[in-house]
Amino acid sequence: MLTIVIPIAFALVSLAFLLSFWRLLRGPDAPDRILALDTLYVNTIALLVLLGIHLGSAIYFEAALLIAMMGFVGTVALCKYLLRGDIIE
Amino acid sequence: MIDILLSLLILTGAIFTFIGSLGLARLRDFYTRLHGPTKATTLGVGCLLIASAVFFSVREEGVSLHEVLVTLFLFITAPVSAHLLAKAALHLKVKSLVPTPAPDTDPPADRPN
Amino acid sequence: MKRLLPHPLLTITLAILWLLLVNQLTAGHVVLGALLGWLIPFATSSFWPERIRIRHPLTLLRFLGVFIIDIVRGSFLVAWLILRGPRHLRPVFVEVPLVLETDLAISLLANTISLTPGTVSAKLSADKRTLIVHTIDTGDAAALVAEIKQRYEAPLKKIFEQEE
Repeated sequence: MLTIVIPIAFALVSLAFLLSFWRLLRGPDAPDRILALDTLYVNTIALLVLLGIHLGSAIYFEAALLIAMMGFVGTVALCKYLLRGDIIE
Repeated sequence: MIDILLSLLILTGAIFTFIGSLGLARLRDFYTRLHGPTKATTLGVGCLLIASAVFFSVREEGVSLHEVLVTLFLFITAPVSAHLLAKAALHLKVKSLVPTPAPDTDPPADRPN
Repeated sequence: MKRLLPHPLLTITLAILWLLLVNQLTAGHVVLGALLGWLIPFATSSFWPERIRIRHPLTLLRFLGVFIIDIVRGSFLVAWLILRGPRHLRPVFVEVPLVLETDLAISLLANTISLTPGTVSAKLSADKRTLIVHTIDTGDAAALVAEIKQRYEAPLKKIFEQEE
């Protein structure tokens, strides 16, 4: 059963990835692009987790954790930049 | 039995992830777009991570719970990112379908932290 | 006791996080986790000006239950609204007057609002008295504000701010 479900899930998450990427390219405002980038990070975590289940290997977990942390820090830094025009005060 | 549970979790997760991004692409102004990724995508990836935790706990000896860490992290950070993005958008006066609240007399841009 | 262990809750949380991170429950890691949980609060003490106290653990548990149910409910609602299409949405900004006073309680309320049905907290006014909330679809803004206050703010007030 998993052999059927995992490809479907891969397809759905990849479509989600493309939709977020479309929003990243289209904008129209800077917050839209940052939101799209943030969603791309989360979609990447989803893809990595699926890949981990598909290959039966737990080594992708660390990558997912790192992307989650870097994604959050990146989003916060970009928002700070928009709010203040400066990141480090 | 575990297989059915796993398939259900993975499908639910993937569908929610997809719907979150669909909302991001489909809705009309920034503030409504914010809702899809914050809630649907977060729950979707949460479902996938729990599926992964169940999968590795069943497959190998001993429970594997470190996926819970990423899940918790996502559920804590998603609202923070959403709040900051909304604040930045209000600050930049991003176009909205509905009237936006009046800006503060003390804008955050001028306040040193 | 207070000087030796300034933040017991933080210590426990850090120890559990360490065990989750290494993903194994051995005696050595329990000791290392406890040690990290004991030392890190000292290194970061300037970020924790006040000691967090929880007055009503049962209320906290019930609040967590409501919170988890509402996360699931909120995701289903948003998914349904996205699938139904943008034409039917009735978004609006509402202002929630706050009775909460501490930073911790206010940030918890803002995060809770962002994860629960149809609402995202957008901005806290400079005087910390009003929270501006964007909601994706509502017919009755006043009822929404009343629901937020009664469902999330009241328990948080009781847990973190009420005197004995």
